[in-house]
Amino acid sequence: MASIFRTIADLWSLVVGLAITGKEFCRPGVTVHYPRAEVTPESAASFRGPIELIGLDKEPAKPRCIACMLCVSACPSGCIAVTRAPAPKPTPEELKAIAEAEARGEKPKRPAPPKAPGTWTYDFSLCSLCGSCVEVCPVDSIGFSNDIYMVGTKREDFVFDQLARLARKAAARKAEPKPAAKPAPSAAPEAAPAPAASPSETGAATPASEA
Amino acid sequence: MNATISFDSVLHVVLALVGVAVFVGLNGLLLVYAERKVAGFIQRRPGPYEVGPQGILQAVADALKLIGKQLVRPDRADPLLFWMAPVLAFFPVLLLFLPLPFSPLLTGWDVNLGLLLILAFAGFNVLALLLAGWGSNNKYGLLGAARAVAQSVAYEIPLLLAVLAIAFQEGTLSLSSIVATQGSMPWQWNIAVQPLAFLIFLISALGETNRAPFDLPEAESELTAGFHTEYSGMGFGMFFLAEYANMIVACSVCTVLFLGGWKGPFLDGAWWFLAKVYALLLAMMWFRWTFPRVRFDQLLNLNWRWLLPLGVLNLLATAFVMKL
Amino acid sequence: MHSADTLRSRPTSCPAASADGGCADDQIAGDGYTCRFERGARPESLILNMGPQHPSTHGVLRVLLELDGEYIVRAEPVLGYLHRMHEKMAEVKNPAQFMPNMGRVDYLHALAWNWAYVGAVEKLAGIEIPERAEYLRVITCELNRISSHLLWWGAYLLDLGAFTPIMYAFDDREMLLDLLQLMTGSRLTYSSFRFGGVYTDASPAFVQGVRQFVPHLRSRLPMYTALVTENIILRRRIEEVGVIPPDMVTRYGASGPVARGSGIAYDVRRAEPYSVYDRFDYEIPTRAEQCSMARYMVRMAEIEQSLRIIEQAIDSLPEGEHMHPKAPKPSFKLPAGESYFAVEGARGKIGVWIASDGGKTPYRVKLRAPGFSNLALFAECARGTLLADAVAILGSLDMVIPEIDR
Repeated sequence: MASIFRTIADLWSLVVGLAITGKEFCRPGVTVHYPRAEVTPESAASFRGPIELIGLDKEPAKPRCIACMLCVSACPSGCIAVTRAPAPKPTPEELKAIAEAEARGEKPKRPAPPKAPGTWTYDFSLCSLCGSCVEVCPVDSIGFSNDIYMVGTKREDFVFDQLARLARKAAARKAEPKPAAKPAPSAAPEAAPAPAASPSETGAATPASEA
Repeated sequence: MNATISFDSVLHVVLALVGVAVFVGLNGLLLVYAERKVAGFIQRRPGPYEVGPQGILQAVADALKLIGKQLVRPDRADPLLFWMAPVLAFFPVLLLFLPLPFSPLLTGWDVNLGLLLILAFAGFNVLALLLAGWGSNNKYGLLGAARAVAQSVAYEIPLLLAVLAIAFQEGTLSLSSIVATQGSMPWQWNIAVQPLAFLIFLISALGETNRAPFDLPEAESELTAGFHTEYSGMGFGMFFLAEYANMIVACSVCTVLFLGGWKGPFLDGAWWFLAKVYALLLAMMWFRWTFPRVRFDQLLNLNWRWLLPLGVLNLLATAFVMKL
Repeated sequence: MHSADTLRSRPTSCPAASADGGCADDQIAGDGYTCRFERGARPESLILNMGPQHPSTHGVLRVLLELDGEYIVRAEPVLGYLHRMHEKMAEVKNPAQFMPNMGRVDYLHALAWNWAYVGAVEKLAGIEIPERAEYLRVITCELNRISSHLLWWGAYLLDLGAFTPIMYAFDDREMLLDLLQLMTGSRLTYSSFRFGGVYTDASPAFVQGVRQFVPHLRSRLPMYTALVTENIILRRRIEEVGVIPPDMVTRYGASGPVARGSGIAYDVRRAEPYSVYDRFDYEIPTRAEQCSMARYMVRMAEIEQSLRIIEQAIDSLPEGEHMHPKAPKPSFKLPAGESYFAVEGARGKIGVWIASDGGKTPYRVKLRAPGFSNLALFAECARGTLLADAVAILGSLDMVIPEIDR
């Protein structure tokens, strides 16, 4: 007798299961239809996306970077390549001074290279987003972007010329009247015309909207 | 059976076959779409959404893709058996639709042994699965085929017992007469008299059509895809269509035997028949997206230890009552 | 069939070797593993390669099975398809550079591996951790444990043929990942613990989110129970299937829910308390049944216990810094010596042993993956069961293949 009751209880569990899925059937979906809808900007904000350079407060198109190379050596996967900016070409007066100094057998006083990067390349396809570079940067010039919609069709799409990317972002931000009021975290700012970016650059940031 | 087979009746059958082929094809598309939508809604997601408005063309796109795909036969598979299996799985199913009474006027072939015809031709499905599994020279296929045979043979018996109970009660094997003896109101349907037979029939139908939770011949987490592991393109498509066609047949027979066929409150007609069939089909989908799969020995235990004795008891009780 | 003809005309160098099927001959040929897997005494048995591509081996595990009908005569897991040399990589990178690897050893409970490595380095180098960081580690690690268990729950039911539960589990897991993203910035392969603290401090949004999530998940658990745990089909599938007696657990060194499902109340958090776990009130769920259902129940109970720990930790979260002011620079040198640190992961005891000769990089790092020992007992446990049971047992061991292969 007890076994019959147990069998009925067992079968009842199936009905309970059906009731649950039936109830869920009637409830609205919880997924985000991506191309038509996007996750809220708040939930994308904390995402650690591909790193980007941070510009100077006064001059947003110029990075704070002092080309100290700490990030290059800290990176576990060697995805950052930075070169120092070349020393400025000596003016005719300086050239003359150098020539005179050399003629005197002294060490000529050449113009010192600026503390700024010449190129700043970042290969996102190698990056594991660990944040080591962000941590070691002494001038807080590296930060995570929260670009969660990045796509590319070839490897080179993920090799970024960070200086050009920064310049473009700064230009786009400048073009906008109120940068903080932008509702969607899409890559729209980067899609704006980029006057600062040199036309010959390759491997620039290629967000979805730009490709 | 009619003693004389006139040209008219042959024409009728041929036309009906063509109609059934169209019906099965369209229904296949519709059911694939419905299944995926049901699965989507149960899982709190939209289901097919991109192809056409609300994704209604998704099934068509899938069908076109299947048709366009290359048919690959594994090395060392038996070519005859391998290609015969999908054909054998699909075409006999079309015959099963002939005796189904959609409405008093809409019956392909109103034969007085309709029930027998359906049960007989339904047996072909097992053969097709066996050939598919055996002929594709794949171990998963072989295991799937072995499961399919054991399962189908086992579940045919309680199915037959449930059907027999109705046949006893009605004294006929003609599907349209079985419908005719039932009333329009739900309490006048056979399910009111034979609830146990209805349950046995429904469970056995799930087993016969290899639907979850009894989808053991496919059992994707165990046998990758079971008997149709090696099939691509329309080879797989035929099995797929056959599965849905079999589901429709099983639900139609269930409707005819237990749910009053085309009869219903307010206005009798084919719409009642279709509404009931689709309600049953939706229930089958609902089961699939709710329950885990049973194990093979449990499947057979359920059959031999529960359904079969209950079916026999039910049949005896029916016979006893009828004798009184 | 043009294609079939070309296939047919291809010369077959190894007549009995075709992918998964087609091995009807007496001798077993193929790759080295299959050749060594000798057929037993029964001539009618069938050798079946389950994996490396199989829906229920969760990744690239390969199990060689000798079948008699559907009964398993012998089973042998074949590993190494996902070997990525994590231990070797640890020898060529400095400790900070190796941290991202730890998020990728076991991608489902990445923070436990984070913790094991960070703990070992901190022990060796004598780095102190602020109390707030300890609490944040506990909270995030337990959240991560829940997300791992939720995913296991869904995937296990996929193995057993139920497709819907994983979607419900993912619904809840998404909220969890949102929370973890607030803390760690990523959603799966976390690399968030640092020597001497954690990468980011908890924001008020995180604290509030955790406070909301705990009761939310608690309210969902009864639904999980009603839909799945009490379902008779599931119970019949996994009750008394895959019985692992305690002596088998100890012989193979299994740990985690596998051990606790066999009645061995071993949990590193309790047995060798680390961090601040001794301050919280929680239970170590164990079951005496030793079967797959017992392991299932242990994991479901662990979700509740983790919620308890999180609740207490978030309520007593101390103020302070999230990184110790004397935390070393990333390029610091490990002192010579060795250390071992074990934590309780979702799958069992995770251990990291570091030997350093005082150089820039560790001399040797050994990662103890719980999944490896847990999987090892499968060969013995699966003997004599049905093919469907083997799937149920494999699933109940909760394997993460990248962790097993490292």
